[in-house]
Amino acid sequence: MRSEAIVGVLEKQYVTKLLEKGKRSDGRNLLDCRPIQIIPNVIKKAEGSAMVKWGDTVILAGVKAQLGTPFPDTPNDGVITVNAEISPISSPTNESGPPGPRAVELARVVDRGIRESKIIPMKDPKLCVIPGKKVWILFIDVYILDDGGNLFDAAALGAMAALANTRLKKVVIDEDLEEVTLLDEKEPLPRKGSVACLTFAKVNNTIVYDPNLLEDRGKDARFSLAITDKGIICSMQKGESGVFTEEEFVTLLDKGSSLVAPLLEKIEECSQFPEMNEMYHFDF
Amino acid sequence: MTQDKTSLLLDDGRRLDGRELHEIRPITMKSSVLDRADGSCYLTWGNNKIICAVYGPRELHPKHLAKPDRAIVRVEYRLATFSVNERKSPAPRRREYELSKLIKESLDSVLFLEKFPNGTIDVYITVLDADGGTRCAALTAASIALADAGIPMKGFVTGCAVGKVADKMVVDLSDVEDKDGQGDMPVAMNYNTGEITLFQCDGEFTTDEVKEGLSLAIRAIGEVYKMQKDAVLAKYTQIEESIDDLGEEEE
Repeated sequence: MRSEAIVGVLEKQYVTKLLEKGKRSDGRNLLDCRPIQIIPNVIKKAEGSAMVKWGDTVILAGVKAQLGTPFPDTPNDGVITVNAEISPISSPTNESGPPGPRAVELARVVDRGIRESKIIPMKDPKLCVIPGKKVWILFIDVYILDDGGNLFDAAALGAMAALANTRLKKVVIDEDLEEVTLLDEKEPLPRKGSVACLTFAKVNNTIVYDPNLLEDRGKDARFSLAITDKGIICSMQKGESGVFTEEEFVTLLDKGSSLVAPLLEKIEECSQFPEMNEMYHFDF
Repeated sequence: MTQDKTSLLLDDGRRLDGRELHEIRPITMKSSVLDRADGSCYLTWGNNKIICAVYGPRELHPKHLAKPDRAIVRVEYRLATFSVNERKSPAPRRREYELSKLIKESLDSVLFLEKFPNGTIDVYITVLDADGGTRCAALTAASIALADAGIPMKGFVTGCAVGKVADKMVVDLSDVEDKDGQGDMPVAMNYNTGEITLFQCDGEFTTDEVKEGLSLAIRAIGEVYKMQKDAVLAKYTQIEESIDDLGEEEE
């Protein structure tokens, strides 16, 4: 057995024994969240951006927008696409290369939370510039810089916070609906409400909210749900090889709904100051 | 290209961002910014923002790459998708492969690699916001992250680009000056020993201009080098101060 594998087993035993006594390795209660800090509008070249420090986890989300052709089956809709880079910067075990299954799942869970909540009105004329021909394509890229556990919630919060301060160039369309001219002036991305992701980890038989690194590595199962400001559950994902019972899921739905409010508030704070951080500065 | 595409100097002889010809942009450097990495550095250089993490010396996989007499250095220089005007695909391009190789070769010369046979030192650099001169800034950040990881070094590699704008040699090109100017000449060196570890140029320069550029670059590198030393020391100064504070409390 390799040394890292032995450390993994010992770590899991430690976390499990603590949780059996109702304790966590960082001293939190089972449903406590770690401190969260969002720094909006940090990247000058991006249309919107946010750095999120969630406990020990650090992520950076950026939004780039370009005009492109809509998908043939949705000719009147703008396009959003989420990509996650679990950078080798973020931990000794994350290797470089194209996104692996872990990064793909992360990106798709974040993507579905935003997409299914319908908070970005894709048919809005500001996004669908010329129906069937020219629409805004929003690329949301999330970089994991420090992997301290619970990447799902941090990435989702960063993506939403970046969208909240995204501004698109104004466009002028010619009379024949053929040519589009981009202006230097920008306007906020249309948005109706917000959405946040909440992740629970099950270690042995205990369920915790916002797993830290040790709990994340030792978890048997994960459950993430995205909840909108209207209280609608718009996306859920159970992950890893462990299992949940029906009662456990029912409990988690209620717990999730009770924990979402502070996250949504933080997102709204990012949109109230679109001009904030004009220096595009952030500090670690 | 013999002339600038647009006028890059103002009527008073200053540059578009208000700098003097030989003035470098404001720089900040901070070491030990990442929890998981063995060494790290966050560096801002004008509007450039660069994060660098170092892992190692550590075991090398795959094993066939290992050198029995020394460690190898692996460098990955990447541009974040949102760091440039048009969104860049996350897959690395030829430019990123080439710069990774040049940065690796530059760092090789200041590391005591023979102390870590069969091992690897991995340097990961991501440019989060790009504004010209990223390779020099990346090398500068990488040296700090290596020192922060406690890896024995002969010195720092410090970089600064010079270039030609409106027929004048200028220090530390911005993005616009790099794209629309007459030439770009990145230089990096071990300032203490005078060994130049990276030297490139593209554009049109006379022999005298190259000589002038090199000497301007070395002078600018001297300024950046001082900041690098302070950034590495800052962590230890902080620790020292906190120990002093503890001592005072006990008294």
